Amino acid sequence: MSGKEHFSGVSLKITGGRLLDGLGSETPNRALLIQNGRIAATGDAAEQADADQVFDAKGCVISPGFVDLYCNLREPGTGQKGNIASETRAAAKGGFTTVCASPETSPVNDSRAVSRLIQDGAATGSPIRVLPVGAVTRGLEGEMLSDMAGLAAAGCVALGNGSRGIRSARVLRRCMAYAHTFGLTVMFRPENQSLAADGYAHDGLVTSRLGLLGIPEVAETASVMEMLLLAEETGVRLHLSQLSCGRSVEMVADARHRGVAVTADVAMHQLVFTESALSGFDSRFHLRPPLRSEADRQALVAGVREGVIDAIVSQHLPHDSAAKQAPLAATEPGLSSIESVLSLGLGLVQRGELTLAQLIRGLTSGPASVIGRAATLGNDDVADLCVFDPGAQWTPGSQSLISMGKHAPVLGQPLMGVVRLTLVQGQEAWSGS
Amino acid sequence: MTENAASPNHLQLTRDGQLRHFLTLDGLGRELLTDILDTADSFIEVGERTIKKVPLLRGRTVVNLFFEASTRTRSTFELAAKRLSADVLNLDINTSATSKGESLSDTLLNLEAMASDMFVVRHAQSGAPHFIAESVTPGVAIINAGDGRHAHPTQAMLDMLTIRQHKGGFEGLKVAIVGDILHSRVARSQIRALNELGAGQIRVIAPGTLLPRDVESLGCTVEYDMGKGMKDLDVVIMLRLQKERMEGALLPSEREFYRLYGLSQEKLALAHPQCIVMHPGPINRGVEIESAVADGPQSVILNQVTNGIAIRMAVMAMAMGGQVAERQQKMNELNERGQA
Repeated sequence: MSGKEHFSGVSLKITGGRLLDGLGSETPNRALLIQNGRIAATGDAAEQADADQVFDAKGCVISPGFVDLYCNLREPGTGQKGNIASETRAAAKGGFTTVCASPETSPVNDSRAVSRLIQDGAATGSPIRVLPVGAVTRGLEGEMLSDMAGLAAAGCVALGNGSRGIRSARVLRRCMAYAHTFGLTVMFRPENQSLAADGYAHDGLVTSRLGLLGIPEVAETASVMEMLLLAEETGVRLHLSQLSCGRSVEMVADARHRGVAVTADVAMHQLVFTESALSGFDSRFHLRPPLRSEADRQALVAGVREGVIDAIVSQHLPHDSAAKQAPLAATEPGLSSIESVLSLGLGLVQRGELTLAQLIRGLTSGPASVIGRAATLGNDDVADLCVFDPGAQWTPGSQSLISMGKHAPVLGQPLMGVVRLTLVQGQEAWSGS
Repeated sequence: MTENAASPNHLQLTRDGQLRHFLTLDGLGRELLTDILDTADSFIEVGERTIKKVPLLRGRTVVNLFFEASTRTRSTFELAAKRLSADVLNLDINTSATSKGESLSDTLLNLEAMASDMFVVRHAQSGAPHFIAESVTPGVAIINAGDGRHAHPTQAMLDMLTIRQHKGGFEGLKVAIVGDILHSRVARSQIRALNELGAGQIRVIAPGTLLPRDVESLGCTVEYDMGKGMKDLDVVIMLRLQKERMEGALLPSEREFYRLYGLSQEKLALAHPQCIVMHPGPINRGVEIESAVADGPQSVILNQVTNGIAIRMAVMAMAMGGQVAERQQKMNELNERGQA
């Protein structure tokens, strides 16, 4: 079929290619029949069934749709850096069918009203599912608890504090204890703010040479330890988000071994790049947490491989160009990454650092289970899926990127992996050639 | 990501290896550094004439863009530009554009529109001159006059000129840099220059709170005990200690710092008898250095200032030469294409 046709018809049959389930198990696809938003048949039955439209997935991989636990859609906001329509379309192009919207909007998502606003915006403007994450403290200020039960009732799948930490351990403990009352999951990016201070790069070889202000590894690990101990004590379900240090992975593994209810994620770019990305003062790689050493990168990849890290996130944080046009310290942190996640991941597979199954698990069933969902492609499952050609190439650039943020991790160089089709509840969210 | 991105040379050198910006000593080879020192030597003589001018930058406009206060560095750059016959504009950006909310990019684009040929930039943020050269005004020669904690390449080169004058060369020299290495752009550039020029031993002497992480990776050894660190030294370079370091819990007191890391006559006596004493200035007498040492026979602090003018003349003349050669080359290429 051509890129312009839309799957709004009653049934669609996807033929050929390889079928992956959320755990990454692979079977050759004879046919997949999608009807009324669900998988109506597979294998023989699907092959023999008639369908209104047929999609030939020859050479492609059919996977459950990707689930992103940490993504910024920038709405509500000023609109300069992105909005729900622009960023969810970028996500659909990247193969994502579900994104969790960070509470760090303007105004902050700390109320039912803002949660509803996001969902209403998504209902009209987004081709994919948008699940809000509520602010765990009012205004993300880290001082007073938000109306957590109310936020959950309004559709928030978890509660977090965005990129702003919680300074006081006492407040953190109470956030966890209160969230636990209602069985809610809390998502935190671990960072001890007094140790991170004014830093904006990994405290290591590159900061020493370039005279950048460093964020030491212990700014993360001290916070991970504190959170793990508090989670153990309060019994809350804790999700540690955007880890950057090898030591953090070890601590999560130990805690889980002790029976602490902890899950974790890592941003895809942390698995690919290191501190040396900053050696030419490239402001795109001004990130929080910072890109760390090669040893950290390898430990994070091993964490994904071994399943200690459950999910890979985009940490998509789009900006207008002015936000990145200044001396490094004066720029804003973040990458426009959601369109490149799959390609960067396939690069890891190509280099033998991850298997395709491990990559897909980190993008589908891993994150889905953190928010109590499933990502499978069996009979009668909801048809949230993507079809990608791992061998096709595209070149990220200001023209090809859909996100309003043009500061992608790779620019002007070809990347492997193109999403041909993204379906959400059987409806086409993206199709491209 | 790649080695190419790690080396700033794609920015600061022309295709045939001439200087066109002067941002950092990283990536510059011994030959080019020696070339700068030799060129500066030839300009020292200009300073000794009654009429202290050469016409190398006649008709060129040099803008001194100081986003951070400085007296000595700015005046020596101004004098250097004037001795090269350039027109000089001094701008204290602290007090003008940025306080009105104008972005750095916008300020610079305005200045470029006034047909400036060279910006001498001092900025509180590491990498600011790099950013300007790469993204804002690539057609204007950028000279780094000190950026954050990153680099102060003209200061390091004038220090190298001073060392060469007094020691004849760098082979086998034992050099120590003492004090606040962590915050010092001067120290980073000096360590780089000394390594490239072949110094024998480079020691940094400081307490742990004033050292960057993995400082040895820059090419030096660490000594916490100044008494041990002074042994057999040929050159000791003292760094200025900013008073606000006490507030950040980096040091307990000036008194304790002076007792442990200040350069007194007793400590200097532990070094080689011909050891020279250097300081990038301005000095804090009684904090990092004793007056008797600063004014003593081994001190070459005032030579450094004089050499500063010659080094800055050399770097400005060379970078302008590279820019002009590059423009010429581009014009030629365009003409050739036009004819073809």
